[in-house]
Order: sequence, then structure tokens, then C-alpha cells
Amino acid sequence: MSDTLWIKNGRVIDPATKRDKVGDIFIAGGKIAASLTGAQKKSAKIIDAKGLVVCPGLVDIHVHFREPGQTHKENILTGSQAAAAGGFTTVVCMPNTSPVADNAGTIELINNAARKAAVHVYPTGCITVGMKGQQLAPHGSLKKAGVVAITDDGLCVESNQLMRNAVEYAKMFDLPVLDHCQDESLTKGAVMNEGTVSTRLGLKGWPHAAEDIIVARNIILSAYSGAHIHMQHISSAMSVELVRRAKKDGINVTAEATPHHIALTEESLGTYDTNFKMNPPLRTEQDRKAIIAGLRDGALDCIGTDHAPHAPDEKDKEFDYAPNGITGLETALPVCLDVLVKQNKFKLPFVIDLMTRKAANLLKLPAGTLAEGAPADVCIFDPNETWLYDAKKGFSKSLNSPWSGQKLTGRVKTTIVAGKVVFQNGRIT
Amino acid sequence: MPWHRKHFLTIEELSRAEIEQVLATAGAFRRILDRKVKKVPALRGKTIVNLFLEPSTRTRISFEMAAKLLSADTISFDAASSSTTKGETLRDTAQNIQALNADMIVLRHSASGSPLYLSRVLGIPVVNAGDGAHEHPTQALLDVFTMREKLGSLKGRKVVILGDILFSRVARSNIHALTKLGADVTIVGPSTLVPHWFESLGVKVSHNLRSALGDADVVMLLRIQHERQAAGHFPSVGEYTSMFGLNKTRAEWIKPDAIIMHPGPINRGVEIDSDLADSPRSVILQQVTNGIAVRMAVLYLCAGGQPEHVTTPLE
Repeated sequence: MSDTLWIKNGRVIDPATKRDKVGDIFIAGGKIAASLTGAQKKSAKIIDAKGLVVCPGLVDIHVHFREPGQTHKENILTGSQAAAAGGFTTVVCMPNTSPVADNAGTIELINNAARKAAVHVYPTGCITVGMKGQQLAPHGSLKKAGVVAITDDGLCVESNQLMRNAVEYAKMFDLPVLDHCQDESLTKGAVMNEGTVSTRLGLKGWPHAAEDIIVARNIILSAYSGAHIHMQHISSAMSVELVRRAKKDGINVTAEATPHHIALTEESLGTYDTNFKMNPPLRTEQDRKAIIAGLRDGALDCIGTDHAPHAPDEKDKEFDYAPNGITGLETALPVCLDVLVKQNKFKLPFVIDLMTRKAANLLKLPAGTLAEGAPADVCIFDPNETWLYDAKKGFSKSLNSPWSGQKLTGRVKTTIVAGKVVFQNGRIT
Repeated sequence: MPWHRKHFLTIEELSRAEIEQVLATAGAFRRILDRKVKKVPALRGKTIVNLFLEPSTRTRISFEMAAKLLSADTISFDAASSSTTKGETLRDTAQNIQALNADMIVLRHSASGSPLYLSRVLGIPVVNAGDGAHEHPTQALLDVFTMREKLGSLKGRKVVILGDILFSRVARSNIHALTKLGADVTIVGPSTLVPHWFESLGVKVSHNLRSALGDADVVMLLRIQHERQAAGHFPSVGEYTSMFGLNKTRAEWIKPDAIIMHPGPINRGVEIDSDLADSPRSVILQQVTNGIAVRMAVLYLCAGGQPEHVTTPLE
């Protein structure tokens, strides 16, 4: 049941309609309404948004909700609650579950769980059977079952021949192909960026060349086939530049950046803290700046969190043995506000665009705007509220956040999904 | 200055003064090793567990010897006999050892950073006996101890480290120790095993053996491991030996009073010719003996002993 809502006096930012003005947002029947009738206004639930920003619900095209099979780390319900707490109303799940989502049955299972989720949860399917990189998964059946893209995220499709066929085949179904760009032969046993810090720590390095080679490969395959290839979590300066040039040449490639790659560098790894271990790894200050520049000039299209929960006992290990990944949904907005708006002087509507409309458009998701008639997915946040973030008080099942115990600024107050308040004042409703 | 460290994890974190303290303490123990009765009561009643999760003979025996000469009780176990093969985590293994009333753990582990990890988990001191490609602090201290024995002050001395630097914890710990003590360090070997990143640690990187050896006071060789060849880091052991092996001809490029070192185990005929390893310029076995004194010093200090107490009450 959706509510009739009247969000009053907020700074309404909707990049899709170029709106940035203090005003009201009306919601009726699960949709954004131009106005409410007198009777509706009387019965409407009023949300006072004075001093707050009202924007489209955030969209994340890169999360791991671990269901089915790894639900000790997260499940679709807890993941969606973490999303709601972070202001996200639409998320796209990666298919590296257990079993992997390479068939319509598994997608059906995910969709069933998604119906009870706090936010809109869309599945992706695998590019290859079992994510083994040997045989194409049934992209057509996956599409019919409801996937919005295909990817072997976590693993790169190594074979050029198979990747070529995948993008040409998926194009027939208008399915974007998302690739985790990593030349495995260059990264055997690697656990962090290759460079001065890995040299000092004696850890096996992951050279950015391994990402750049696959980004270049994908650009070539996209140019050759016309298929849309999306590069996931770009971490290297050279990859940013490769995508930038490809776009200039009119090649149909897109790319995303994570909050952690714009906020942190390999210097954070000095104490072997496994909450800074992820794949691709944190890189240098030069890479970090290049990714920010890429977001500024459009070389990179959107923010994706790569929310990757792992149970505490899995992360509580020798650095080499801990799994890759950190949570991100509950911290993405404040981290992006800090890095992009505060430190790098991005305009706030532009950052919201990177986290809403642009992300939604990449996968043609019905989300990312407050235009009249659009689904009433709304995020209301206080850009100035500072609080001590404690992962233990969050909604994800896992605690593996590098920001736990730190002060963050920009707190989500209310999240509305399809006209229903799902998160308010720190509580899932 | 009193010794305040409970754990002994890296050379990188030590100040120059702390390195001097350990070396001075080791010096006192080294003199004891020349006595007829070598055993001292310093750690009587303490139990030290050598947790060696990666194979080692020399270092483990050396730590055991050091502990026994300090009158500590020792228990050693290696990966094969430990419950880690049954899937127990390092944290659980170590906490069990602590619960068994061990007073100290000496850890050898293939994962870099694991001693630091353990030091955060345990209440008892942790001594690093080599972690991955990260550090092997007691090896570096026994190396500089031996160099000082032969050369006096290391300030301005030229030290060449030759071999597989990329994967070497011995190289990293020596680089930190030697640069802190004012030596000039040049690392030499094939470019795939001696990457330029090391310049950030304050050393010169060279692939020219002749020019590097010319003014060296110390030539430290590192073991070449066959698995590096399998991973494609160099074409063959034969090629390595022909390009970088220390043989008689190349030994003539070295100053006559320079010393040759090797942390062991040596590959005779690969990184060093047999007759050079056995020559008077080689201090390889003196390194081994000095290793006991250095490890006695480290165990003694981490157990709460103070440097200034070694010379007086023990002698």
C-alpha cells in the first residue's frame, strides 16, 4: 500500500528535469504527482523537509546481496534494508551467488525474494555457465526471467573469442554486458595494488595494467560489434583515459567508479587491515584523482558501490587469506558528498545525477527522476548532519566497512520506495 | 633508554636507537656463547612456543637454541603437525597456545603481516620469525651484527644485495636495518626480480653486476628459488647463474677485504660457487652463530628484560 505524501519545503534536486529549488514533492498512488487535491492534502502524510535535500532515490547498479547460498553474509532483505538506509531505492544484484545466477530458475528465486525487499532489486545473469568462462549462459532465457544485464562480476571473461560472442549474442536481446576488467594472468595471487606500498608490505601486487588491457580489449570488441560494454569499478588512471578516448570516438562503452576508489588509496593498507582489501584494489593518489576527473568530464558514467558483504570471521584473517570486498550502501552518499562536493567542488545536482538518473539510464531502469508520473522513489537527506558511523548499528548483515568508527557528513533521513516510506530517522519502517 | 616493545614485528618500525639496543644486547649474549657454560637463567620458568606455519630448519633451530640458552622451555611445531591443516584459523591456534599458558609466540608464516595481526589478537608477545615476503627482522639484525663485527661502523659502507629481491623478506628487513644504520644499499639482479619500486625504500637498483660489485664492502647473496623460474621470472637457473651467479671471475671484481654473506640455505653452483662459499671472505657460518645471540637478545627484551641488565648480572 502506498501512501499519499506531501514532502514540504525541501531543496528538491532532480537532474532529469533540471530542477533545483526549494519546494514540495507530492506523491499519490505510488507515483510522483504534480499536485494533490484538497482532500488528498488533508489526509496526506506530511514530511517536513526544511533544510533537507529531496532527490530521486539513489540507484546502485553494482551490489552483492549473496542470496542464494551465502546468506550468512547478506540476504536480499538485509541488503535491501542497508540500501534503504543509504538512500538507495533501486539496486542491481551481481550473479556470483551460490549457485551462480546463470539460469532462469535461480533468477526466479532471486525475484521471489526481491518482492519482499525494502527497495527495488533487479537481478543480473551470468555471461558464462557457472562463471567458468567456457560456454555462454542462456542470455535469452535470463532476459525473459528478468535480468537487466549480464556479467561474470568477480571474474573477467578471459577468452577474447567468448567475450566477442557474448557481446554480439547479448546485443540481440538488448542486454548490456558488464565486465569485471582483470587479466587474470597478470594478477595470480595478487592482493593489493602493485607499487611502492606492496613492495614495502611484501604483498603480491595487482598491476593496473591488468585492468587496462581488458578495458582496451572491451573497447575494441565494442567498436567491432557495436555492443554496449560497461566496465565495472574502474580503478586505474589509464583505464579512465582509455574509456574517455573511446567515448570521443563514439564507441558504445560506459564505466562506473566506486566510492572507495575515489576516497581511498593504497596508503590505507599500511596495517594490513582487511577492511581495505577489495578487487580491484585501492590504487595510488594519481589514480584516485584520475577517477574523480573522469566522473567530472563524463569519461565515467556513474557511481556503483560494489557493496560486498563478508562475515566478520571471514575478514578476520591474515591479509592474504581474507576475501575481497567491503560494504558500501550505507556510506556511499556521505563519502561521495565529502570527496566530490566538499573536496572537489562538484555541484551537488551533478553528484546526485551520477548516483541516480545516469546509473538508471545505463541499464534502462525505470528510476532516477522526480518527474511527474515517475515511480515515487525518493531520498531525503540532511547534507549537513554529521554522525559517527558504526557498521554494527547498520542494516547489512556484515560489518566490513573501512568507514566504521568514522564521522560522516550527509545523513539520509527518509527513503521512499513506490510511494511508501521504507526508512525514516534511522529505522526501517 | 629502557626497551619498551612487547612484540618484535619489523625492522621498519624500529628506530636506529632501538636497533643499537638490540645489537648491544646481542653483543653481551654473543660473549656468553664463547664461554664454556653458555646457559643463562634469564628466562627460567618461561615457555616459548615456536609456531612455524611455513617450513624452516635453520631459523627454527636457532630460535630454539636461543630460548634454551636463556633457560626457557620451548615447544615447536610446524604446519604439518598443527591443526591449521584441519582448518583452524591462525587466531584460534594462537589463542589456544596462549590459553596453554605460553609466555611468548615466535611465528613463521607465509602470509605477510600475520605477526602484526597476531599481536593485535594476543596478550602475549609475538616475535616475527619471517612473514611472507615482508620481513625477517632477526635475520637482518644478525646480518648487521656480523657486518659490524667484520667492518665496524656501517655508516657510508656499500652493501650489495644480489638475487631474488622481489620475494625476499630478508632483503626488505636488511634494507630497513642498513639504511637506518647509514649504509648505502644497492640491490642487484634480473629486472623481473629487482623491480624499480624498491627505490622508494631508499636503495639503488642495478642490473649491472660488475659496476655494483666494484666498490662493495659487503656482498649479500640471496637464494634463487626454482619456482620463480616456473613463474617466468627468469628463463632458467643456468641463465641466472651465467648472468648473476657469483663465481671466481666475478669475485675478482670485489675488493679483497669485502665480505660475502648468505642467509642460507645456499644453492651451491647457482647463486654462489662452492669455493667462494667456503672461502675466508665468506662469513656465512658466523652469521648462523651470531643468529643465536641476536635471537637471545630479542627473546630476552620482549620478555621484559632490559638491555643494561645483560652485562652485569649475567656475566
